[in-house]
Amino acid sequence: MASDVRLIAQSFDAGAELAAFTEAAAEAGGIASFLGQVRSGGGVEVLELRHYEPLTLPGMRDLAAAAERRWPLLGLLMIHRVGVMLPGDPIVLVAAAARHRRDAFAAAEFAMDHLKSESWFWKREKAGGVWSWIEPREVDFEDKRRWA
Amino acid sequence: MPLKLVFIGRLEDIAGEGERQVAAAASLDQLLDGLESDLAAALRGDRVRLAINGRIVADGNAIVLEDGDELAFLPPVSGG
Repeated sequence: MASDVRLIAQSFDAGAELAAFTEAAAEAGGIASFLGQVRSGGGVEVLELRHYEPLTLPGMRDLAAAAERRWPLLGLLMIHRVGVMLPGDPIVLVAAAARHRRDAFAAAEFAMDHLKSESWFWKREKAGGVWSWIEPREVDFEDKRRWA
Repeated sequence: MPLKLVFIGRLEDIAGEGERQVAAAASLDQLLDGLESDLAAALRGDRVRLAINGRIVADGNAIVLEDGDELAFLPPVSGG
């Protein structure tokens, strides 16, 4: 199985990506996916994600490999945005295809929990015209620890 | 050849720039001592990780710096 891991600087069509992934995973009995997007409301005008080239994509590839070792997957898709995003823009899309649903659910959740708390991204948001850096929340670390 | 420093996230705001070239230094401590004191204090924060030439180092005090090295200072991550 080949995982598809991408770090991209432009907006993407999550629906089209998921449709293509589904079509390629015809032997899967189930596909679990998660789409994270910039939420509207709450006063956030712009969100920006930074990365560090030597670490970020290699780290995502390692994460995909860890998920593949842990569950019998028929496909794994991981797309993460960097750059400037507006409310409603997709940030991250993860999809896992497996013969059985539990493996697909678990692999997608594992990937998301690690992307949130461990992958090399830094997020800042602009509200009321003022930028501020977002620090990880304790719950993000707790989510990751479930997989230890 | 000088060293290249990379500041990410809030560290970039404190440094006032994302990258900086500095003269070669014998140790990390010596390098940090040559920076503005508020920046040096932030870089010494216990939640700041250090990568040298794209690899995370566990103990910055144990490193030997070489000409042309890229040192990236990485605050806590927040992805997704």
